[in-house]
Amino acid sequence: MSSRGVLLPAHHYLSDFGAASWLLTRDHKRVALMYLAAVTFFFFLGGAFAVLIRLELITPAGDLVSADTYNKLFTMHGVMMVFFFLIPAIPTVLGNFLIPIMIGAKDLAFPKLNLASLYIYVIGASCTTYAIITGGLDTGWTFYTPFSTASSTTAVIPAAVGIFITGFSSILTGLNFIVTIHRMRAPGMTWFRMPLFVWSHYATSLIMVLGTPVLAITLLMVAAERLFRFGLFDPALGGDPVLFQHLFWFYSHPAVYIMVLPAMGVISELVAAFCRKPVFGYTFVAFASLAIAVLGFLVWGHHMYVAGQSVYAALVFSFLSFMVAVPSAIKVFNWTATMYRGSISWDTPMLYAIGFIGLFTVGGLTGLFLAAVGLDVHVTDTYFIVAHFHYIMVGGTIMAYLGGLHYWWPKMSGRTYNELLARVSAAMVFFGFNLTFFPQFLLGYLGMPRRYHAYPDEFQVLNVLSSAGASLLGVGYLIPMVYLAWSLRYGKLVGSNPWGAVGLEWTISSPPPTENFAETPIVTWDAYEYATRVEGHVA
Amino acid sequence: MLTDFPLFPESASTMAPRVDGLYFFLVGLTVFFSLLIAGLIVTFAIKYRRLTPDSVGARFHGGMALEVVWSVIPLGITLVIFAWGASVFFAMSSPPDEAINVYVVGKQWMWKFQHLNGQREVNELHVPVGRPVKLIMTSEDVIHDLFVPAFRVKADVLPGRYTHVWFEATKPGSYHLFCAEYCGTQHSGMGGQVVALGPSEYQNWLASATGGSMASAGERLFADMACNTCHREGEVGRGPVLNGLFGSTVRLQGGRTVVVDEAYLRESIVNPSSRLTEGFQPVMPAYQGLLTEEGLSELVEYIKSLEPAQPVTLSMASTPGGSERTAQ
Repeated sequence: MSSRGVLLPAHHYLSDFGAASWLLTRDHKRVALMYLAAVTFFFFLGGAFAVLIRLELITPAGDLVSADTYNKLFTMHGVMMVFFFLIPAIPTVLGNFLIPIMIGAKDLAFPKLNLASLYIYVIGASCTTYAIITGGLDTGWTFYTPFSTASSTTAVIPAAVGIFITGFSSILTGLNFIVTIHRMRAPGMTWFRMPLFVWSHYATSLIMVLGTPVLAITLLMVAAERLFRFGLFDPALGGDPVLFQHLFWFYSHPAVYIMVLPAMGVISELVAAFCRKPVFGYTFVAFASLAIAVLGFLVWGHHMYVAGQSVYAALVFSFLSFMVAVPSAIKVFNWTATMYRGSISWDTPMLYAIGFIGLFTVGGLTGLFLAAVGLDVHVTDTYFIVAHFHYIMVGGTIMAYLGGLHYWWPKMSGRTYNELLARVSAAMVFFGFNLTFFPQFLLGYLGMPRRYHAYPDEFQVLNVLSSAGASLLGVGYLIPMVYLAWSLRYGKLVGSNPWGAVGLEWTISSPPPTENFAETPIVTWDAYEYATRVEGHVA
Repeated sequence: MLTDFPLFPESASTMAPRVDGLYFFLVGLTVFFSLLIAGLIVTFAIKYRRLTPDSVGARFHGGMALEVVWSVIPLGITLVIFAWGASVFFAMSSPPDEAINVYVVGKQWMWKFQHLNGQREVNELHVPVGRPVKLIMTSEDVIHDLFVPAFRVKADVLPGRYTHVWFEATKPGSYHLFCAEYCGTQHSGMGGQVVALGPSEYQNWLASATGGSMASAGERLFADMACNTCHREGEVGRGPVLNGLFGSTVRLQGGRTVVVDEAYLRESIVNPSSRLTEGFQPVMPAYQGLLTEEGLSELVEYIKSLEPAQPVTLSMASTPGGSERTAQ
């Protein structure tokens, strides 16, 4: 990726500097960058809570913080990470930036709605942050009733209102993507020529639009019961606590796929670009995204095998959960097959992609433990499940997010980062992650329940290992902050296509012009046509 | 610390080997596929590493045969795991008829246990080795979850209803008892021990009970609450006869039937109109909030203890003239 004598384009989307040009922008790329700043803030805020959790768990006794504080810490870690980082991160940053460019459009279908979704997100996130500063929240991110409606004395309503508001941002983003992908594709950009990143965002958007309203209603019901003692969930008022769980997981299980499907889309792009090869089984990978989105709506009951639902309901949900394993396996096998006879570079984004495939495989396979009803009974609500979902969300989503950020960073900024530091930190993230979360599988099978402030002595060694891994992981996340920020000013300028990748985003300048394409491109080729389209990619 | 550093939990119930068997199968499967994928990725990444900056990968797009193979094989494997997990779960959900019943009440932040002979304990549960024990559980406040890792069993404990868990301890000892559903400040302190005793030690422990059985306490409560005003022994009053009711099948208003178990008895006391017996008026007041969970379980045990007085009153469905009283 040598690029001597490259100059910044005379005109690009970052050229104007005025505050108003940012705050009132309708450019999807600028909205994406503002989202990048916002979700990065919440990522490190959520991470700070995780640091305190891991510090507390170094010793068996609850001695660093009080029990109430600990309960607030894990709640706020979960709320921040799930609602304000993992769900929005890839769609609003990478999706916003890339979807219009990848399909040859000049912007999203509704640029103002896109900006509005950012403001709604910021308002919602601020509301929940306010709740956290003023009283905290101790219900767990799951808000289980009747604890959240009748027992907790913390700021449940402000926190729920914040999440409720943020939901609209998610819905608007999903709507915008769906309409954009249907209506704004450039001539010749047929559905089956679209990059898989776009397919996976299309599937994600369907979940955002269909699922989020259910969460919103559920949180309103919690607020109504807390404020007005509506007897919806509390049996003392004639309600049913399990009803809450059905409603909550009807959104929150599909929400897992809101986090994972975009990550899978990123991985498809990375594997293709760094193997310089079409993704093996393109149509299977594309339809697997849709299958996961649809099946994802039918498996919520697997969170409730021990919650008091009927034996037969548990069996149906178990069966359907196993069905989700099939499209997930298809994707993993196809990415692996894509590498066969590729021209594989070991640049940082590919390291993240390889890490993703490995960790997602472990995360997915341990999901089978949890889908198997008779085994789930023992491991649910323990550290086994904590380990499993961190393998999917941290090992999956965050690895993909970082891989994608490194891949498209030269496009977004026009500059490149320090490759050595980037590779070192990618390795730290991978090893730190495994050291943090692998011991938690063992802890879970041993029987250590989750959300425990203090624990029996025999669990200490594994907890210490986990905390040690977390410190490595934390540093691994901080280093990219430094060199990416540094690269904005001092990074080497790159041309339009530093990776030698195909895809419309690599045909325009880095950073791209505000209108993306001076002339609407006419697409006459399939995605990832490397062998036939080796145009002069190295500047 | 380092000397006591287990990586695998103790196995102390009849269910534990069954759960562990499935676990080891899945561990094997996970190791196999993880190594397969990791091995392929690393091999490809090395073997096909980019040697010249301009090289591109081979041009092929996929293969139907491979897609079918790696769709069908995972499908087959998952169906096996599904069936295996389901069979273990069926066993977990089917307590043997001869199981010893113990009532459990969870509250923030303690476990209360009530044995049929009247013995009560807090945060410690004594059970015999070699005999199935069924816990009939409810909560006074929020959702809790009773979890005994050494037995591989767990079930949520809900306010307002009974849930069950059963196990058969296989070796004497003392095992962790945890609350596994987050329930507030002292969630991690809401635990204790399950003490599994040999048969004779268990008999000795039971014999240390003071006071009467749960059923006799329930009988006193039955009289105190004047339940016998309507539920008369041996003849149909304003309410159904309770003798021999437990375990029978009752026809409900609207034609559905229900097998009378502890959960139905409890529900019929706290909220009688929710599943009303056919042929009776909804005249019984709801006792929601008027009885403690301990009192409710004592009443349930008393009703269970009532032997059939006359064969004809075995169940309301067979009461002659039952339909005459059906009036809405």
